[in-house]
Amino acid sequence: MMQKIAIAALLIGLAVSGTAGSATAQVKVGAVLSASGPASFLGDPERKTLDLYVEDINRQGGVNGQKLQLVIYDDGGDANAARTFATRLVEEDKVAAMVGGTTTGTTLAMIPVFEDAQIPFISLAGAVQIIEPVRKWVFKTPHTDRMACEKIFDDLKRRKLTTVALISGTDAFGKSMRDQCVAVAPKAGITIAYEETYGPADSDMTPQLTKIKAATGIQAVVCAGFGQGPAIVTRNYRQLGIEYPLYQSHGVASKQFVGLAGAAANGVRLPAAALLVANKLPDSDRQKPVVVGYQNTFETKTGQSVSTFGGHAYDGLMILVEAAKRAGGFDSGKLRDEIERTKTYVGTGGVVTMSPSDHLGLDLSAFRLLEIKDGDWIMIPDSAS
Amino acid sequence: MAAFLQFTFSGLTVGAVYALVAVGFTLIYNASDVVNFAQGEFVMLGGMVTIFLGYAGIPVPLAAVFAVFITTMVGLALYRFGIAPARDASAVTLIIITIGASIFLRGIAEIIFDKRFHSLPALFGSDPIRIGGASILPQTVIVLASALLIVCLLWAFIGRTLYGKAVVATSSNRMAATLVGINTRTIVGACFAISAAIGAIAGVLVTPITLTSYNVGTLLALKGFAAIMLGGIGSAMGAVVGGVLLGLFEAFAAGYLSASYKDAVAFVVILAVLFAMPQGLFGKRMVERV
Repeated sequence: MMQKIAIAALLIGLAVSGTAGSATAQVKVGAVLSASGPASFLGDPERKTLDLYVEDINRQGGVNGQKLQLVIYDDGGDANAARTFATRLVEEDKVAAMVGGTTTGTTLAMIPVFEDAQIPFISLAGAVQIIEPVRKWVFKTPHTDRMACEKIFDDLKRRKLTTVALISGTDAFGKSMRDQCVAVAPKAGITIAYEETYGPADSDMTPQLTKIKAATGIQAVVCAGFGQGPAIVTRNYRQLGIEYPLYQSHGVASKQFVGLAGAAANGVRLPAAALLVANKLPDSDRQKPVVVGYQNTFETKTGQSVSTFGGHAYDGLMILVEAAKRAGGFDSGKLRDEIERTKTYVGTGGVVTMSPSDHLGLDLSAFRLLEIKDGDWIMIPDSAS
Repeated sequence: MAAFLQFTFSGLTVGAVYALVAVGFTLIYNASDVVNFAQGEFVMLGGMVTIFLGYAGIPVPLAAVFAVFITTMVGLALYRFGIAPARDASAVTLIIITIGASIFLRGIAEIIFDKRFHSLPALFGSDPIRIGGASILPQTVIVLASALLIVCLLWAFIGRTLYGKAVVATSSNRMAATLVGINTRTIVGACFAISAAIGAIAGVLVTPITLTSYNVGTLLALKGFAAIMLGGIGSAMGAVVGGVLLGLFEAFAAGYLSASYKDAVAFVVILAVLFAMPQGLFGKRMVERV
């Protein structure tokens, strides 16, 4: 009896593996995202966006007749876990390309894996170090932290606020943005008179903000970080009754930040992609059709408000797909070359034109300055203050 | 001076949370010699269940009551299926079981809820009260007052009621308590349930200040453990004092040294207590009579 069961199981197993073989026409695209943990409000919309659009692309016939298979791993914001998953993507899943790396920390940990395996890696993280120095196989879609500092300093100068305090997260993005701000401040005419830091998973920043409040001569405060940290900084900021203007980075460009910070977020300014104010853009704006389209699709299918992080994932996927169409397939070398040849791709983050020396392809005009008012984003035009 | 006062208020805010977690630890420890590392998860469940019931349309006060009830059931289930079957195992084994339970509860929370951060509206609004140039949230005052109230109620229960005396009897000598006719299983189960309820109440009250997510339980449990070490394991007043002191140490370390060392404070405290004063501030000296 046992022998008969064993033979039946073997035959069924062979039959199943036989049908699985017909799926070899699929191309695997990997994604290691931080859908849980302190960066979850970046990684979660990224994950949803990739799922949504890969399904959409497959429904329309795939890329050059090949269907895409998305392999997603959740690193929880931990760089070690990210590196392990990256190795798994390369060695076990044998992906053709990777769109992922939600945070600077996880991206930097994974870069060596993809450089060694010679597989194109489009990162979704902020720090400028990801593409400077330029690495052959690494690209990115979000604006850099240096651009965020420059945009914030421009607005500060316009408002004649030249002495600022900087509070940054001790995570890789926070540290990187802090370093960039310190580097570009003299050229921008801004003096960083006082600095504090916080841990990305901390739940109370009143000690640091108390010291900032007590420091003399400060005219504005800039917060460099992402995830829940800046939301708590903003809440504590109002709780302590600090009157100076507060600036955040594009690491908080999501309605979730506004929800967590509550009424404390009113008056906070930040640089962000046009995606957040899609409906308020003038019709002549080149990005308008793309951002409105993405916003409608994302909000209808997921029921959540759109965020720039999902937008960066969308841009990453589309740049990859367009490059694959031009390359006629997913051969790593040709794919990489075509990604580098991306020209005037209109995305949610801006208009992208890459080159061998520029693996981001965006300039400062791709950033808009926004202010939070009553739970919504309003645009601050470049000429006003 | 304003800065010192502000650091004090920040310390009281986080200290109140640690105090409530520590009180929960103490009750279970007193009844069964088990340090329940799933206590942090009870706090997490209190906050998260309230939030998600609120999303489902139930008004927040009612959702809070349901959340406390559900968490109490979880505490009972932990005792019934996790601790009771291992009845004669050593204390270390039981502690490891609670660690396993905490990982299990965290995993379930991750699946049932989601991985993001959530908040609740504060009871009396979020406008801070200004005192001497510093500000304190009304919610902090509520958490501190609740911690004191819970400790007073526990003290009255333990000292003045028959069931409370049964808890004391069970914790002194379980065999003798059984011989006298006390159903020790029911007593210990009840202590787990009460601890879970205290944790859930703490979670509901504290979420408007610290936000909550599926994984806040772990660090809370560790800091609550540091608090009971400081206050003296087995003493409810020690738990509250230990929790508040730990919060104050953290705030002063963050304010006067560097914010990066904040989390290290709890572990330095554990080491210092073990070296200098192992029974803690209010604990009884362990004396073995031969």
